[in-house]
Amino acid sequence: MSLDQPSGTQPRRGLTQKSPEDAPVRESGGARGPAPDGGPSYPAAGLPTDGQSDGGAAGAVGQRSQPAERRDIDGGKPLISVEELATYYPIYGGFLRRKIGDVKAVDNVSFEVFPGEVFGLVGESGCGKSTLGRTLLRLQPATAGRATIDGEDIFTKRGKDLKRLRRRVQIIFQDPVGSLNPRMPVNDIIGEGLLAQSDRENGWGRRKVRDERVADYLDAVGLRRDYARRYPHEFSGGQRQRIGIARALALDPDFIVCDEPVSALDVSIQSQILNLLMDIRAQFNLTYLFIAHNLSVVQYISDRVGVMYLGKLVELAPVDTLYADPRHPYTVALLSAVPEPDPRRRKKRIVLKGDLPSPAAPPSGCRFHTRCWLREELGNPEKCTTDDPEFRIIASGHRVACHYAEEISEERVTKAAATVTLQADLDEDV
Amino acid sequence: MDRFSAVSTPIVVEQPRPPQGDPDLLLDVRDLRTYFHVMDGVVKAVDGIDFSIKRGKTLGIVGESGCGKSVTSLSIMRLLDMPPAENPTGEIWFAGRDLLSLSDHEMRKVRGSEIAMIFQEPMTSLNPVFTVGDQISEAVMQHLDVSGREARDKAIESLRVVGINNPERRVKQYPHELSGGMRQRVMIAMALSCDPKLLIADEPTTALDVTIQAQILELMRKVQDDFDMTLMLITHDLGVVAETVDDVVVMYGGRVVEQGPVDDVLLRPKHPYTEGLLASIPSNGRRGERLNVIKGTVPNPFNMPTGCNFTPRCPFRFEPCPKHDPRVDDPGGPPVACWLWKPAPGTSGPAPRVREGASTASGTQTASGEA
Repeated sequence: MSLDQPSGTQPRRGLTQKSPEDAPVRESGGARGPAPDGGPSYPAAGLPTDGQSDGGAAGAVGQRSQPAERRDIDGGKPLISVEELATYYPIYGGFLRRKIGDVKAVDNVSFEVFPGEVFGLVGESGCGKSTLGRTLLRLQPATAGRATIDGEDIFTKRGKDLKRLRRRVQIIFQDPVGSLNPRMPVNDIIGEGLLAQSDRENGWGRRKVRDERVADYLDAVGLRRDYARRYPHEFSGGQRQRIGIARALALDPDFIVCDEPVSALDVSIQSQILNLLMDIRAQFNLTYLFIAHNLSVVQYISDRVGVMYLGKLVELAPVDTLYADPRHPYTVALLSAVPEPDPRRRKKRIVLKGDLPSPAAPPSGCRFHTRCWLREELGNPEKCTTDDPEFRIIASGHRVACHYAEEISEERVTKAAATVTLQADLDEDV
Repeated sequence: MDRFSAVSTPIVVEQPRPPQGDPDLLLDVRDLRTYFHVMDGVVKAVDGIDFSIKRGKTLGIVGESGCGKSVTSLSIMRLLDMPPAENPTGEIWFAGRDLLSLSDHEMRKVRGSEIAMIFQEPMTSLNPVFTVGDQISEAVMQHLDVSGREARDKAIESLRVVGINNPERRVKQYPHELSGGMRQRVMIAMALSCDPKLLIADEPTTALDVTIQAQILELMRKVQDDFDMTLMLITHDLGVVAETVDDVVVMYGGRVVEQGPVDDVLLRPKHPYTEGLLASIPSNGRRGERLNVIKGTVPNPFNMPTGCNFTPRCPFRFEPCPKHDPRVDDPGGPPVACWLWKPAPGTSGPAPRVREGASTASGTQTASGEA
């Protein structure tokens, strides 16, 4: 079974049916994992083993089932392909509340997500990373551009096709409280999607079948099967997040958008959820778009990472390249700003001046030029304010949107870190 | 059945401390207890903690949500809602006075002018219907004998100190006109306006983005130097702690589990909780490796475990743990509340470290318990 096949003809897999034979096989350059001749396949999936029940799914300390291995960047067919995607929110105002402008939340973004990989998306609040995720799931209409899943256009799907798409793509939300209906018991919360997607073949319309499946997935995320009758308020934050994960999993998706899934959790619970996400990724052959603002979490979980700033992707690279050799001045500053819990690695920060400009009126040329330390180092070249930099390839799999990406050097970074600006706002009057 | 009757035996230690507190210590908290009476029982939010801050230094209080770190700061400021809170017991020595014995009137003079506080969410601590200038001036006029005009000048001055451009214009703005980072700067300006000796910052950067957080941390470092201020930083982020504080207090379930200089605590953690917390942070070089986790969840505040309250989640627990409550200031060991490091009652010395189900030992455990 190859991925080019239209999804409609693909048999849906149940929790226990997944096996290596069912797993998609790619032509080349698969996901991380052992790659036996030709196409890599996933190890056999199964029900969670001992020690993974009763909230302890991630509690057991053990080895990750697959050794981490870098995927080949340009190999294989992408699962999700995004081309020049734009999502604008209209602003109404003035006389008769007419449309007076747009908030360009996502503006001309292109990237690919390969099957089996974790694509990390980082950026500060308001950079458009959540909007991007929601647009891909058709939760927010796209203004322009194209996105495909297995070659099929996501944005033009209607009716039955759209319903089928909804099943293939799922989302895990940040807020485990706000995303679960407090009036519904867990089996209704998880079962709602099943009911909506029920047909003669899967039999999800029958309560008994549905409840059985809900219990299976509660099991899979490390909760007790009999928790299905409880209500969200009876759970802790980490457990609620597990319910959110079970809800996404129950529909047997291929692609999950994880929108800040651990940001609301304490450190010790966060690590449990991260372990769980990695376990189920291997177990259910999932591909993630992992959206987060925490750079350490993204580094830990992702294969490739995209950095967003004011609605644009400014840099995209394999995770190790990005963290070791960032080429966009924004990425450099972002990475330097992360406080490390290791006193031996206290580093000099590059403190960016000012705040994020408004996405309704982004700066001309390069959107980062108002806060860019590199531009200052280079004596404020004209180009930055006039030309929007191309998202160009500077190395294999490494793309960056900066005119002067090659100018970044150790000395320049050190120099910029030494000049600390404590100014809150930018020079021009807001 | 009274489920709170299962009281562990605390070990009473006579500390030879001067009654007025050490002159080097700006703040000296002793055996502070803050309990809340709610419908379901008593929550011992802060259950007998001791710590102190030296003048001009920065103390970090870390712990996860519900560990009592915010209640500690509110107890020091005496800002708790009573009821449900009970009067905190213990002693809080601040510059030669026990804050808990002051009258409300005296305490009001301390608050703001001698101890200032900034909170996590600047939007909820700023009043939306007054301009930021009004709000800073209000604090100034409350504590200093100045006219309205002088107070306004002082407000402008303090906004300038925290790096806000064009403060003459900003004082006329309302909180909603400012960005998150700017609001937090206004909070800091307000806190600084009366030149306090101690600044308590309760999660000052948690709601901010990482580049703005870097700005605010840099700013706090600068104002601390410029104003020769003592800082108490409450946070859950061990990264922030590593970069900003001199000493650190780790709290768990309303108690202090470990304290000491930041390098000691973060590089050579002694308490299994601190160790677990550090090991569960995804950071450099942990890729592909399973994260170490502290199993289970924070105990129910109505039903704290007996003895050491980390016992149910601790991989090294042994006989004395559920029976006797260790404290950081127990004699015979380092400042860590753990029987692995000091003799438990009825034993001759610290116990050897044996992980429960020894096969689960992980390579990330850098600290060792050879003692």
